[in-house]
Amino acid sequence: MSIAVVDSGGANIASVLHALRRLGVDPKFTDDPAEIRQADRVILPGVGAAGRAMEVLDEHGLIPVIQSLQQPVLGICLGMQLLFESSEEDDARLLGLIPGRLTRLEEIDGLRVPHMGWNAITNQAPDTLTEPLDGMWFYFVHSFAAPVSEWTLSTSTHGTDFSAIVRKGNFYGAQFHPERSAKAGARLLRGFLETPLQ
Amino acid sequence: MTSQLLKSAARRIIPCLDVRDGQVVKGIQFRDHRVMGDIIELAARYRDEGADELVFYDITASPEGRSVDTDWVRRVSETIDIPFCVAGGIRSVESAGRVLSQGADKISINTPALENPGLINALVKTFGSQCVVIGVDSIADEVGYTVRSHTGTPDAMRSPGRQTLDWLQEVVDRGAGEVVLNCMSSDGTRAGYDIDQLAAARQVLPIPLVASGGAGAIGHFVAVFEQADVDAALAATVFHSGQIPIPGLKKSLADAGIEVRPC
Repeated sequence: MSIAVVDSGGANIASVLHALRRLGVDPKFTDDPAEIRQADRVILPGVGAAGRAMEVLDEHGLIPVIQSLQQPVLGICLGMQLLFESSEEDDARLLGLIPGRLTRLEEIDGLRVPHMGWNAITNQAPDTLTEPLDGMWFYFVHSFAAPVSEWTLSTSTHGTDFSAIVRKGNFYGAQFHPERSAKAGARLLRGFLETPLQ
Repeated sequence: MTSQLLKSAARRIIPCLDVRDGQVVKGIQFRDHRVMGDIIELAARYRDEGADELVFYDITASPEGRSVDTDWVRRVSETIDIPFCVAGGIRSVESAGRVLSQGADKISINTPALENPGLINALVKTFGSQCVVIGVDSIADEVGYTVRSHTGTPDAMRSPGRQTLDWLQEVVDRGAGEVVLNCMSSDGTRAGYDIDQLAAARQVLPIPLVASGGAGAIGHFVAVFEQADVDAALAATVFHSGQIPIPGLKKSLADAGIEVRPC
């Protein structure tokens, strides 16, 4: 199986590659459109700001490439957020693959922003990928979040519920960092690699 | 009781590993460093015991003015599947980028932030606030809480003349994602965290706060979460020595009604 991890310019992508290697696969870290199109699975990682990440994808000509992918795609953290239409962060226009707009987490009643640390997820809709993950703990670090919608598979809570895992067709997204979420994270990544082609 | 009544992330337990030449060492009040073990072995042990995160502090880097050798960062990143932060010797966007690209999840800066506060903004702009942790060494005395810099070597330590709470407000304004507040008067004493100082810091910090300095018993962890409402508690000696096993600590915290990730 070939796995492409999209090089979207972020600095700390190495942990995603290390996590995949721990699962016994050899990912290609690439910004080459052909390599991304031909991969069996595509992972879109990312940390940092949404607007800058979209600029980098645009500079590499990758926006239409990602939008046209047919194989299973997993966005991680900022990569998950990029799948949506827009974000309050930088008022950025995103890839538009999943309806919705990211909003900033609220610093109310002692809630800290960024939401940083381990939190449990609750399944909201049946899916083969998330079925074994209900109630498990994952590591989150983010200041913006996707609202709960019909595309939400699992939620977590920062005062109010937000989307922890989303899916629309072949596009999956995880707001947390599976590569840094111990055994639960490895289980999600393995599940994604085993997701059947559409 | 904790002021954070709304459900959010669990409280974190963070072993801190002081690194020198690929070994984990620990000193008492920043002096007399004893070798505690191999960095990868200890990192893997804490992963298995249920540590929520690790902090690696390169104690040789900062005082001697050189950047951290990043090869061990890559080896740690390959080995463990929990987040970790690297501190010590990071004094530029470039050196931070080297550590992050080897697989560290966050970088922590202390003295370089005091010398050049604009570095905080530059790091946040380049890597995002979630990567940028500010370490603060603070002393409580008759004039209140004041910060110290160059704390890696006792002889080089300086007092830059900043009030701790003012500095915390400034690092928030500059976009920092988290603060580790090391209360130096407590550090190495194992007499408990400085609850008063951490609670005062909590009042000015809308971002996560990590307590550091003074952990010696399970009750100290319960107290700092309940009374200072910190997001995480960092300790070194009590974990390295095996005096406080992390699974037992987490069970005690859960029994006290403090939410933690189960081991």
